[in-house]
Amino acid sequence: MRCYQCGKCTAGCVLASDMNYPPSYLMRLLQTGTKDNYEKILSSNSIWLCLNCENCVGRCPMEIDIPKMMDYLRTQAIAYDKLHPDSKPIIAFHQSFLDSIKYTGRLYEMGLIAAFKARTFRLTQDLAIAPSMYLKGKLHLLPEKIKDRRGMKRIFAQTIENVKTKNV
Amino acid sequence: MSKIGVFICHCGENISATVDVERVAREIGGMEGVAHAIDYKYMCSDPGQTFIKEAIKKYDLDGVVVGACSPRMHEPTFRKACAEAGLNSYLCEMANLREHCSWVHEKSEETTEKAIDLVKMLVQKVKKNKALESIKVPVTKKALVIGGGIAGIQASLDIANTGHQVILVERDPSIGGHMSQLSETFPTLDCSQCILTPRMVEVAQHPNIKLYTYAELESLEGFIGNFTAKIRLKAKSVNYSTCTGCGACIQKCPVKKIPSEFNAGLGVRTAIYVPFPQAVPNKPVIDRINCNYYKRGACKICEKTCQVGSIEWDKEDEIISEQIGAVVLATGFDVKGTDFFPEYGYGKFKDVLTGLQFERLASASGPTLGEIRRPSDGAIPKKIVFIACAGSRDPAKGIPYCSKICCMYTAKHAMLYQHKVHDGESTVFYMDIRAGGKNYEEFVRRAIEEDTVNYIRGRVARVYEKDGKLIVKGVDTLLGGQQVEIEADMVVLATAGVANCGSEQLAQKLHVSYDPYHFFAEAHPKLKPVETNTAGIFLAGACQAPKDIPETVGMASGAAVKVAALFSKDELVREPIIAVVNRLAPPLYSTCVGCFMCETACPYNAIEHEEIKGRDGSLIRTIAKVNEGLCQGCGTCVAFCRSKSIDIQGYTNEQVYAEVMSLLND
Amino acid sequence: MKIGFYPGCSLTGSSREYNESVVAIAKVLEIELVEINDWNCCGATAAHSMNEELSLSLPARIMALAEKQGLTDVVVPCAACYNRLKMTQHELEDDLKRSRIKEILDMPYQGNVKIINVLQLLQQYGIDNLKAKISQPFAHKVACYYGCLLVRPHAILKFDRVEDPQSMDEMIRAIGGSTMDWAFKTECCGGGFSVSRTDLVAKLSGNILKDAADRGAEAIIVACPMCQSNLDMRRGAINKVLNSQIDIPVIYITQAIGLAMGIGAKELGLKRHFVTVEL
Repeated sequence: MRCYQCGKCTAGCVLASDMNYPPSYLMRLLQTGTKDNYEKILSSNSIWLCLNCENCVGRCPMEIDIPKMMDYLRTQAIAYDKLHPDSKPIIAFHQSFLDSIKYTGRLYEMGLIAAFKARTFRLTQDLAIAPSMYLKGKLHLLPEKIKDRRGMKRIFAQTIENVKTKNV
Repeated sequence: MSKIGVFICHCGENISATVDVERVAREIGGMEGVAHAIDYKYMCSDPGQTFIKEAIKKYDLDGVVVGACSPRMHEPTFRKACAEAGLNSYLCEMANLREHCSWVHEKSEETTEKAIDLVKMLVQKVKKNKALESIKVPVTKKALVIGGGIAGIQASLDIANTGHQVILVERDPSIGGHMSQLSETFPTLDCSQCILTPRMVEVAQHPNIKLYTYAELESLEGFIGNFTAKIRLKAKSVNYSTCTGCGACIQKCPVKKIPSEFNAGLGVRTAIYVPFPQAVPNKPVIDRINCNYYKRGACKICEKTCQVGSIEWDKEDEIISEQIGAVVLATGFDVKGTDFFPEYGYGKFKDVLTGLQFERLASASGPTLGEIRRPSDGAIPKKIVFIACAGSRDPAKGIPYCSKICCMYTAKHAMLYQHKVHDGESTVFYMDIRAGGKNYEEFVRRAIEEDTVNYIRGRVARVYEKDGKLIVKGVDTLLGGQQVEIEADMVVLATAGVANCGSEQLAQKLHVSYDPYHFFAEAHPKLKPVETNTAGIFLAGACQAPKDIPETVGMASGAAVKVAALFSKDELVREPIIAVVNRLAPPLYSTCVGCFMCETACPYNAIEHEEIKGRDGSLIRTIAKVNEGLCQGCGTCVAFCRSKSIDIQGYTNEQVYAEVMSLLND
Repeated sequence: MKIGFYPGCSLTGSSREYNESVVAIAKVLEIELVEINDWNCCGATAAHSMNEELSLSLPARIMALAEKQGLTDVVVPCAACYNRLKMTQHELEDDLKRSRIKEILDMPYQGNVKIINVLQLLQQYGIDNLKAKISQPFAHKVACYYGCLLVRPHAILKFDRVEDPQSMDEMIRAIGGSTMDWAFKTECCGGGFSVSRTDLVAKLSGNILKDAADRGAEAIIVACPMCQSNLDMRRGAINKVLNSQIDIPVIYITQAIGLAMGIGAKELGLKRHFVTVEL
């Protein structure tokens, strides 16, 4: 692989200090090609904390697409079920988000929050903000539904719910 | 009726292991026109060659075919043997039975038959061969060196010391190049100018060197040993034969704030200026772009100040012509500026500098007289961060190569800083440390161990300014990717070395190859580093690739020797395998109609126009003529010629057809 | 001037004021915004983190709908949606991927809709034309915050400069404001972690806010609903982490322009912000 471990990605990564393995270290683990190291990656929190802000690939002298790699590793991690505990709320959020749009086609914030709280038991989180949001007109009580909801369900059925499908 | 001798070599076992060499000799021996055919174990050996020589005399041979290894190996050997026996070299040909036959096939009947075919082909060719004489080209024993940095200076001195004339052309007002901008050189920390200026003066005073500064090559025509160079002497606006170099004009010039090129933009100079105090020649030029007189007809203070009336306002550029025999390219390199780096501020932070700019700060003749000071506020920096590999080894930025010298000069800069600012803290962010030369590794260790320079392995993601400090966001990869943030007072980027500006245009003028980065191409990366593919043009120094001073000096001397070797003969001997346009008796003169398609086709500019004139001097026709010195015998013109008027000696159409027909008529 | 319009989920929900301001200034600039019929959510961070084909299908459906409607250009104010649509368009230049996604969607897809962000729309309209519509110069010193998704990855988006972009700055200067050079123009605010990892958002957005405040910014100008939300809605959490009481408002570039055009604060949605906007 082309990574020569210069570390520029890590130097510019906004969340590197919170990760188990910062991006350049992750690349090195991948380069070794061993199963042990690969499992270390899949069960790290790095892949979940990565925000895909693209700072790394923007500066990488070898133009290595780290965010795309992170996306791939995330799907691999879920498939192998070796998740880091830090990943739980993040995955819960993503799943709640996707559930919401699966049914209505557009994000229903109340639904998202409810599902998130159910998954994480963070019942009191953001309770203070919710009323202000509603009063400022930024929180809909009812979801907006698109017409082609069947099409939406079909998309989900053929992609994320059909994980046997080879990832393109 | 031909009398050809055929000699089949076993080449030890190389050929005989798969080819039945005795049978080949036997069957060829029965061919029409073959007077003698034998086989022998080592034809190239002394006894082998003796067989050939004796056979030539005994059988009165008029042609020789040796079936052996590749002509690239032993053609000269066998041709020389023939010549010694009195047979013209070009009546001797080789059939490649080794690389083209025995080495690429298994032992079989077919392999032997192929060998027989190959020898037959060459026999039919040799029947059509004509005796040829080597071409002699006269040599002008004067060299042109383009570029007056350390490479050009060294090459000029070396050539001049062999007794030959040298013309040294430098486009800046003074010679010296980048080496004159350095403060101290690694690994000895010698003062750069102290070791350079004696050589600069030697160049100026050498009786065999003619120095043209503020001059550029306008065009180069001709061929090895016989070039015509046109040199543009840019108008200096100062008459150097009367100017005494007193410097009064410089002091009085009112335009004082032009960014100084010599100080890499950190200092200023006047419009009439000498680039630096030790310049050679130490006389000024006027920068017409910034001078008030040339801009709006005002001022003229320098003229009033000059005691000897040396200012020449109306002088124009002058183009002179020189006959030369060889060219040495020593145009050097440049470094990328800070504006090349988006993540380090696009050049807007005053205290982010290039390595060259840091050299100017450290230099006693620099804008701060050798004190390391921040350009923004003049304060002495207490913390400096050096970033190695800034731009180099970076395919994303289009510079995948390593610039070779930066690891060393970064260590040097850090050391100089520590020597000048005892309580200063310096950090170097590096990827690898490349210190391969003599005493180089020890030098870097000295920086780390004695001068307490902090080396951190990792690249820097970005640098930004806050409250007058430069925040450097780096990483320590040896600690598993621990982020490192440093609040520095100054950041020095070891920027990538690139080809000097104008390299591409110069290479095209000279028909010299260059690589995608505009560095000039050497003829062979391992064995011919100072030659180019253009005969007579040699390379020295960083114009070929980034390199340090010892290598540059070595290469310059190497190029000088090549030039001296060229000049050691009065005539150049060339192989006669060149194109020739046919000539016939009047009134036809030639079948060439003068369409000059060959001229368009020729990659070596070897086709000239020849005027056929009548007895009274009137022009009858213009036809093509091949320049014997330039032609490389590639044959492209032969393919283009529609009237078959041009042909390659030694590989004529007739000879080649004979080979082909031999194969087909079997 | 007529152009396709993709608001995205944030503009119709938690970042309603962005929508209001875009619509308000479009009216003054006489740009007709044609909303894509039956548009769906682009999938944002959740889709690309969980499944590649899903992350390509959702934006592809949006662009297929735009094509069906005959829209050649679509402006996408939300920076995240803009980024997803552009990235998907680029990925689907690969024949194999495109045919697979078309199969999933069961819709025709050409991939030739031009996707632009709100800054590009204003640039297309013309800075000089914009200047002509200004009646109340926006005389404030502000920090323009671009966030990560507007300018990266540069090779695909090809918009502005990666490290020190200037498009928003130019616009602010055109409407009479003064901009500043600061260090966090393109550093990520924490993006989609607003709910799941509010602590990280507080840290990252805190760095951004602090730098802008330290350099004397009167406001932060943004072009992304997530950035606005993180810097505005999460101000309480940020101030807690920084142990400070920074109260500089965060407004959209369209709101700033709207103010300079003389449009009222309410129409621009300025009353919906968490940090009071008094400019």
